[in-house]
Formats: sequence, C-alpha cells, structure tokens
Amino acid sequence: MKHLKISIAALTIFLSLAACSNDDDAPFVNEEEVITTLTATFTPQTGGGNVVTLTSRDLDGDGPDAPVVTVSGDFTAGATYNGTVSLLNETVNPAENISEEVFEEGDEHQIFFQHSGLGDFTYADTDVDSKPIGLNFIYEAAATPTSGTLTITLRHEPNKSAEGVGNGDITNAGGSTDATASFTVSVIN
Amino acid sequence: MKFYHLLLVLVLLAGSGVRAQHTLTGTVHTPQNKPLDGAHIHLPKNHGISMPNGYFQIHPVATGSQRVVVSYIGYKTLDTLINFYNDVHLEVVLKPESTRLQEVVLTENNTVSQNTVHEQRLTTATIEKYSDATLGDALKELPGVYALKTGTAIVKPVINGLHSSRVPVMANNVRLEDQQWGIEHAPNLDINTAGRISVIKGANALQYSGDAIGGIILVTPLNIRKDTLFGKSVLTANSNGRGSSLATSLYRGNEKGWAWNVNGTYKYMGDREAPGYVLSNTGNREGNFAGDIKYTGNNYDVNASYSFYNATIGIAKATHIGSTADLVNAINNQQPSVTEPFTYNINNPKQEIQHHLAKMEYNNKLSNDASLNLKYAFQLNRRKEYDLRRGDYKDTPALDLTLITHSAQANWKKYLGDITVKSGVSFSLQNNDASPDTGVSPLIPNYTKTDAGAYGITSYRFSDNLSGEAGFRYDYSFVSASKYYQKSRWNNLGYNSIFDHFITGEQGTQWLTNPEFTYHTISASLGIRKRLNDSFELLGNAGLAMRNPNPSELFSDGLHHSSGTIQLGDLSLDTEKAVKLSATLLKKGETFSLEATPFINSINNFIYPQPTATEATIRGSFPVYNYRQDNALLTGLDLNTNWNPVTGLQHNFGFAYVYGITTSDNEPLIDMPPLNITNTLRYTIRQWHSLFVEVRSEAVFTQNRYPDNNFYTDVPQDGELQQVLTDVSTPPPGYHLLHLSSGLQLPMGKGLAAINLSVYNIFNTAYRDYLNRQRFYTDDAGRNIQVQIKFSY
Repeated sequence: MKHLKISIAALTIFLSLAACSNDDDAPFVNEEEVITTLTATFTPQTGGGNVVTLTSRDLDGDGPDAPVVTVSGDFTAGATYNGTVSLLNETVNPAENISEEVFEEGDEHQIFFQHSGLGDFTYADTDVDSKPIGLNFIYEAAATPTSGTLTITLRHEPNKSAEGVGNGDITNAGGSTDATASFTVSVIN
Repeated sequence: MKFYHLLLVLVLLAGSGVRAQHTLTGTVHTPQNKPLDGAHIHLPKNHGISMPNGYFQIHPVATGSQRVVVSYIGYKTLDTLINFYNDVHLEVVLKPESTRLQEVVLTENNTVSQNTVHEQRLTTATIEKYSDATLGDALKELPGVYALKTGTAIVKPVINGLHSSRVPVMANNVRLEDQQWGIEHAPNLDINTAGRISVIKGANALQYSGDAIGGIILVTPLNIRKDTLFGKSVLTANSNGRGSSLATSLYRGNEKGWAWNVNGTYKYMGDREAPGYVLSNTGNREGNFAGDIKYTGNNYDVNASYSFYNATIGIAKATHIGSTADLVNAINNQQPSVTEPFTYNINNPKQEIQHHLAKMEYNNKLSNDASLNLKYAFQLNRRKEYDLRRGDYKDTPALDLTLITHSAQANWKKYLGDITVKSGVSFSLQNNDASPDTGVSPLIPNYTKTDAGAYGITSYRFSDNLSGEAGFRYDYSFVSASKYYQKSRWNNLGYNSIFDHFITGEQGTQWLTNPEFTYHTISASLGIRKRLNDSFELLGNAGLAMRNPNPSELFSDGLHHSSGTIQLGDLSLDTEKAVKLSATLLKKGETFSLEATPFINSINNFIYPQPTATEATIRGSFPVYNYRQDNALLTGLDLNTNWNPVTGLQHNFGFAYVYGITTSDNEPLIDMPPLNITNTLRYTIRQWHSLFVEVRSEAVFTQNRYPDNNFYTDVPQDGELQQVLTDVSTPPPGYHLLHLSSGLQLPMGKGLAAINLSVYNIFNTAYRDYLNRQRFYTDDAGRNIQVQIKFSY
C-alpha cells in the first residue's frame, strides 16, 4: 500500500509538471539568405542601343508562386554592352544585396551564361585566385539579328579549376545552383 | 517442476605464464551469499570439498579443457567445462532446487511458452561485430530487416518494408525520442551499450506502444544478476575510412546489493571510398558514454542510468544540389560532381547530434507472483544540420532542433497459475524547440505534445501445447504547434477557410498559426502459440495498431536539398490504422532449425509523399510532394534456416520478400526493400582456439516494382532549354556481395583475447542500393578490410 501511495504521489508531480508546459509563439525568422531577385543589366558601350534589363523576381522564395520574368527590350546587333548581375533578397526590408556576399566569396561562386548564338559573353571580374566570378561581364551581341534563350545561373562551390569552367562552360562546374533564370531575348538591327 | 536456470560466473584470477600444472580455487555459496560447507567439487582426476566458509582448493590440475562438477544436496548441480591455462578462481553460486522461476517467462521443455509474440534476437557476437558501425547495420543480419541509408553512417532499420515513425526503438525500456520521423535521422544510440537487441515484427507488444505499425526494436543493456566484475574492450580498425573505434565496458554484477556498469565508445573515421573514387566528406565521429547503478534489496531493486550519444556525421558533398537541373546532371553522369583527396576532415553538409537519456527505475516484487515497475525518463535530443551556405551563415546550422521528452510509466504483472496478467499506464510530455538563429524557417515547428496511455494484456496456457494472449491499449495525444506559414502557401494548400481558426497573428506575407490536434487511438493484439510436436511450434498473431501523423507529415514546408523536391505536410491528415496478421513456424533441432514468418499488413490511411505538381522558384522548378493518404497493403515472407550438417560446419540461410501496393490504384509502394537472400557458411574448429572461417554471400535483387515519379525538367543544352526526363524512380540494378571473416580466441593474461579479420565486399563490387538516399549521386562504399581485437577480463 505504501508503494501505491508513493507511485500516486510521483505521478501527481509528473502530471503537474506536464500541466505547466509553456505554449509560446514561434519566433519569426527573417530569411536573410534567400535570393528573390536576379537582375542582369546591359549598358551599351559601342554600337548604340538602349539599356536592357532582365529580371526574375520570386517574392515568396520557395513558396508556391512562380518567379515573374521580365525583359525590358531587345539587344542591338553588333553592339557591345557592359553587363552586371545583381542578386537581392526582397523578403526583408530594406532589401538585402546578396551580390556583395557573392563578390566577397568570389572564389566559391561563379555565374554562367548559357545561350545559343546570341553573341559572346566575357567575364570582367576576378576572385582572389584570379578566376572569373561573373558579376561583371562584357556582352558582344551577335552581328546579325537572332533570338533565343539566355540562361543565367549562379553556382555555389563550383569546381573553378575544371576544364572549360574558367571560360564560362558550366558542363564540368559541379556545385549547387543558388539561382537560375531563363530569358527569351532578341537581337535586332 | 521448474528450476532456476543455473547461474554461473567465472572469474579468472590467476598469475600469468603457461605451466603444466595449475591450481583451482574458489568458493561455493547460495544466491543470498551464504557459504555452503561440504560441497563436492569433482574434476576428472581430482576432487575436493568446500570448507565452512565455502572456500576450496584443488591441486594439481593439468593444462587444457577439464570438466568441473560442483554439487550439494538440495541444490542444482553445476556441470561445466573450464580451460586451464593458468590458475583458476571459480565463484560458484548454487541455486536451491525447489525455487520457482518468477520474473522471466522461460519455458521448460515440456510446456509451451505463454509468450505468443516472437522476438528475433541478435547474438552478442553479432553486436560486437558491428561495434564500429550502427544499430541499423547489425539489425540487417535478421531476415525481414533492411537498411534505409543516407551514405554509410546514417542507417535506419526497415522492418517488413516500414521504418521511421512506424518502427519505435525502445532503448533501455524507454521509447527513444530522437526526431525519428526523418529519413536521414538514424536512431541516436550507441550499439555498444546493448547487451541484447531484438526485433518484434508487428504491433503486438502493447506494453511498449500502440503505434508500432512496422514493428518494434528493443535494445536493452546487459543485466548481470550475479556477483562478478568483468570488463570488455573491442578495438576495430578499418581500411575503408581509414579509421577505428574503441568500445570499453566494465560491469559489476550482483545478486543483491550494489551493481553498476560503465561503457564508453569512441569512433573516428575519415572519408569512405567507393570503387574508383573517394566519397568526399563522408567521415564521422562518435563519442558516447553510458553508465548505470543499481541496488537490489530483498524484494525490490532501484536503478538509475544515464547515456550520452554524441555524433558528427559528414554528408557526401556530391549530394548537395540546388536545382533539378543539378539532379539530372548527377543522375545522368553516374559520377559524383565532387571528388577530393581523402581527408579525415568533416565539412558542411554535416549533422551534429547529441542525445541524453537519464532514467530512474524501481521494481518491486509485491508478492511471490506479482511485481510492480515504475520508471521515469528524461531525454534531451539536439540535432544540428549544417548546409552549404553563404556569408555569415556559413557556420550556422540550417536546422537546429532541441527535443525534450519526459516520460513516466507504471507496469504491473501478476502470475495466476496458467494466467499471466500485465497492465500499465504511461505518460509523456514533449517539447520541440526550433531555433530561429538558423535564419531559415524551421522544417519542424515548435510544438508541445502530451501523451497518456493505458494497456492490459492477459495470457493463458490452455494446455501443455497451447497458449494464447490478448491485449488492449488506449492512447491519448494532444499536439499544439506554433508555426509561420507563407500566405501564398497557406492558400495553395487550401487551408484558408478550413483552418482559419488556427491563425493567431500576421507578419508581412506570413500567417502565424497555432495548429492543435487531439487524438484518441486504440490498439489491440491477439496471439496463439501451439506446440505441434517436440520440434515444431506455430505462432499466430493479429494486431491492430494506430499511428498519429508525425510533425514532418503535418508541417513539412520546403525544399529538401538532397532529393531536389519540395515536401509539403498536410494539417488534415488522419490517424493511420493497420491490421497485421502474421504466423511464425518455428522448428528447433540439433542439426536443423527453421523460422518462417509470412505476414499481411493492411494499412488504412497510409501516409506517404505523393508527387502532385511542379513549382517554379528562382532556382528552377521542383517536383512537389504532398503527404497524402491511401489504403495500402504489404505482404511478404521472412525465412531463416540454420543447418549443421557435420560438427563444426554451420550454414545459415536468410530470405526476405515484401510486396507493397496502394489498394485504390494498385500502384506499387515506393522504397520497398527488394528481394534479398543471404547465405552464410561457417566452419569452426573448437580445439584450435575456436578458430572460425566464415563466408557470407549477400544477394540483393533488382526492385522491379516501383511507382513512376519521373518528371521532365528544363535543362539548358547547347544554350537552349530542353525538356529532360529526370529518372528518380528506376531502382538501381541488383547486386551480389561476398564477405569473408575469420578469427580465433587466445588466453591472454587473466582473460581472453579474440582476434577477427574480416573483408567486406571482397571483390570491391561497385553497387548502389535502392534504399540508399545517396544512390542518385554516388556508389556505395567499396571493399573494407577490418581487424577487430576483443579483450575480456
């Protein structure tokens, strides 16, 4: 009987412990790492034409809404553009500039431009190992009018020493994709 | 008449050096430590009689194996073989012949056991063999138990096709609460703390839980109820991973009074190697401790134990992908994207896990035929998962969960002749805390869970040849969670209007919610055990089990980096209900024994992830898997035979097949273990220091039954986007592995040393396993040469 009393007492203590459990609200997490927006800006240097801006914006990150892709205009055949890629996190206010982080860790990142016959992309920046990053680049538009898809991809921890990667060939790059966007563009006279 | 099994302890205490003649000394006493005056000690060529203090001495004794018989009127005779290489000290405990067995349900030869639930056990030798590996690796030796792996070091047991939340693990009689819902979360316990590991395939062990839809794994520490002190160390060195492990334990057993044991394990492994390349970042570390102390009184015992599991596990770098295009490349390349030179370093991605388990237990023998057990356990599980991240978040885990569980149980047992009644109650309180410092919305939200349950089981021996068992259990569970949902996700899941009452706040584009669920579940078991003749027994079991949706199934909300899928939980999931019917045919014999278990498991509201759509994000598009419910049927056969054609030679055969479908559309269930067959041939020469040579063949067939979850994804090829088929469904081809092991035992100093040399995957066969989560990216690890040295002292 004594043991029974002890057991009942023990269970009572346990249940009262259980009863005073807290029920706090989850803290809100600012996802500062998310990339919502990839913008490529092309500023004409030679050969005329207008500034061309390509944007892919996905304000709910991994949420169900698809990114909104916009192309501001057409490229001019034979023209040369200074290009920049900017990456933003617009889920936080003010928006966070992810490109700065990518630049600081340039040796662990590289941006690739995939297309078929739209012209030539040349890297215009380097990391600490003198290997390209791709935040700054030069685009020489095709000499004759054409159209197609331009895919811009940011790879995290690619193998920057692999064959062809330094010239912008993604085939042997490996690593993981942090952002990618495909734009339908035209090169006109 | 029933007897106590004779308890015998050998304490080998003597000087070293090999001599032709030795001295046998010792004491003879009762379990209550009362010396026996005048006990006879017989050797083949010599004999002696114990003195009033129980002490005896016999000299000379020749080198070699000798039969020793100790007898005393009214007590059960001890008859044993002892190897004399040194002087030997023998502590003999003789049990009174009239004492009846109380605690353990042990069967005498001429009546059937009342236990209708069949437990399959791993031998101590098997547990030691896997000293440097995991619980999941060791359990794979049992037919019907498969391994769900993530790489090499994360291994989850799969019982008859089911795993994770459907297979609870009882560690030291406490349900292990270690975030077990996750496929990449292996049981957080050290195999070296186990004295006994057994598996019950089915939900019939209601004293442990009512939701073991797949089965239950029981891991119990060594319990020594005799006066002794001994230790054991197992040192293992591996060629693959170029690492080793050391496990040491010390046991102080006692019939009465104080007893304790301590146990420590350390493992250090570098990158594993597949045939042809290094699996970069697959090293692991483990440093574990366990100890317990126990006091045994006249009719009670009290026991306190604590164990700590601490592991760091590297996840192959090649498995980290960011988009479905990366996944297609990985699948089509058949080569990992990253291979670096061998290293012991572990970088991101990796897991850091710590598990503390503290327990107080009290057993009381209320009377000669009734006993009471009370226990309280505290568990603290910390899991940190690191990913490849940018900037300030490089060294911050992407997932950081702290799970605290308090549990208490009371169990009562009574024997009434041929009837045994067991009943008990259990309570538990759990709190999960997801750290916001990760900078990532947590995969599993903060929640608290309160559980209470009660069970009753009765077994009855109808005759010497037939016994039956019936049980019933009720469980109550209340879950209260706090989670932010993106408003777009909330609407996309169709929660608006249905679950509006869960919304408690708003923060920009997100809803703060407080989902609450109450569950009432019942489970039941029915079993019979029939002795057909002297060597055959038939067991039949029917079980009803119910399992509530786990936090992952309810709340998952995001991208899984290694599988390239977006996984979405569902707040409207119902409780899973399973009815499992199984039969076990047991044949026991000197030269041939057999165990065959056919089963059917019919599961209502089976919860599984089903591909439903694709979603576009800034990293490309991903297939979306929603947790859905359907009725499922699993059926199969486990078979095991053991044959000793001639002395010293042993053949073991294991066979397991499982067939799973969803019944509404007859679609095969995903991740069902393929047909697998093992054959083991072992030759032992006892007189040559127990030398053995063993060849083991492991044949895993191709799984031809699988759901087609393939999808098309846009991949830039030659600059233009192309639709490329992503084959995530087709299982890898079957494979056959051969393993060789051999070993012998040598006397060393006061104790014994055993040396084993094993070669796993002799031919360095390259293979991928259907149930390895890394199969899209890399081969499994290749050949491993292992040297294991075990000291007993």
